[in-house]
Amino acid sequence: MAVKKREKDLTLLQKMYIPEIVKGLSLTMHNMFKPKFTMKYPEEKFIPPASYRGRPVLVMEENGEERCVACGLCSRVCPALAIEVQAAETEREKERYPVKFEINMLRCIFCGFCEEVCPEEAIVMSKDYELAFSRREDAIYGKDKLLTPVVQLKDRIEFLRSYK
Amino acid sequence: MNIWAVLIFSIIKILIVVSVMLLTVSYLVYFERRVSAWAQNRLGPNRVGWEGVLQPFADVLKLLLKEDIVPDAAYKPIHTLAPIIALFVAFTTYAVIPFGPSVSIFGYTVPLVVADVNIGILYVLALTSLGVYAITLAGWSSGSKYSLFGGIRSSAQMISYEISMGFSVGGVLLLAGSLRPEAIVEAQHGWMWNAILQPIGFITFLVSSFAETNRLPFDLPEAEPELVGGYHTEYSSMKFAGFFLAEYANMIIASAMIVTLYLGGWRFPYLETFGLSAGWFAVISVITFCVKVAALLFFFIWVRWSLPRFRYDQLMNLGWKVMFPLSLINIVWVAALIMIFKL
Repeated sequence: MAVKKREKDLTLLQKMYIPEIVKGLSLTMHNMFKPKFTMKYPEEKFIPPASYRGRPVLVMEENGEERCVACGLCSRVCPALAIEVQAAETEREKERYPVKFEINMLRCIFCGFCEEVCPEEAIVMSKDYELAFSRREDAIYGKDKLLTPVVQLKDRIEFLRSYK
Repeated sequence: MNIWAVLIFSIIKILIVVSVMLLTVSYLVYFERRVSAWAQNRLGPNRVGWEGVLQPFADVLKLLLKEDIVPDAAYKPIHTLAPIIALFVAFTTYAVIPFGPSVSIFGYTVPLVVADVNIGILYVLALTSLGVYAITLAGWSSGSKYSLFGGIRSSAQMISYEISMGFSVGGVLLLAGSLRPEAIVEAQHGWMWNAILQPIGFITFLVSSFAETNRLPFDLPEAEPELVGGYHTEYSSMKFAGFFLAEYANMIIASAMIVTLYLGGWRFPYLETFGLSAGWFAVISVITFCVKVAALLFFFIWVRWSLPRFRYDQLMNLGWKVMFPLSLINIVWVAALIMIFKL
């Protein structure tokens, strides 16, 4: 019976294993002294780039007002039905504001559709990734937790303006 | 030396050796995890205590508190006996390996070896082959096909590699002219290490001891991708820990054997010409032995995290068609050395 030879058969030197083993060993030895990728997490935190989609937050202007006009588009587009908005009228220039704005962080999938659809640039994704709750009620974030000063979100807003 | 002195010194030596072994075994597990992490650009366990040095104790505590599950299909007496055999073999083998020169304490000459028997090497070979019973019986009594496969593979592997191991030792015995480990160490004075005189035998013995200790690249008895966990699939809690500890204890024995047979044992080359006092000579010799064993243990771990596992047929090919002839060639080589140089 004719023996079929593989195209990539080993050469004699490779068949002796030892040179190849030495190669492998030197590779791992080399890696042992390389800088490590692991971060010592609670002491040393990962700072995400501007493109990172963390917890969605509402933008708060310098004067302490939210940008949101309670159009409800974000709540409409949300694939996980995580956002609930209740609008009300106001004397201010933009006429409408959300009385209630709640994001259920157990439902949120961090897709960023709310941010994409928002006409006022009022809801953006922050860099916050530390989300842990001990009770389900804690996972529903109201306006008190969502409103974030615009200075903290500069990175993300600039990123959105350059890529949107 | 009267019988009481012998007894007391023996008990003290046994206590020292066993406690050092247990400590080394537990730290070897920690060290293995750290080295594997470094090789993969990670950090490894570094939380329990300073840089994770208390990790072994945390591990043992965790294993002790776990539920001991014995499957219904298992044959219980042997299922319980197997880890005991594994541990027994692992911890008794060390008795004949010398870790230092003879020292005089209170006027008595005490050899730094638990039992200075004149068939020491045979004793080690016999006990390490007993070790295969633990794995085979564990695999058979578990009542699981994966365990059985692991056990069968293990016995086939051990039998194949024991042959080349025995023949490689043959070369060492020819040179030393004795089966006493002490005499073998004596024969390797200066740089006359067996690893230098008979490199082929050194390599075959090294590879065979990897196979004997079931370490990668020869860890087929527990090949995770195919056999779940191999022979210890059905073990949990401290019984599993027994196998785990035995594996690492075997690693220490294999390293100590390689050091004794091929790397000059506790001898620091030409230390006797430095003109040191007997006490310092003994201390430096023991430290030399520990350093050599530690280097080999690191090598064992290093190889594990560098090489992939052999396929079963490749393992058998290597054992019978490569290692066996090579160890025979080594014997001829050593015989020629003795004839030509009248060693």
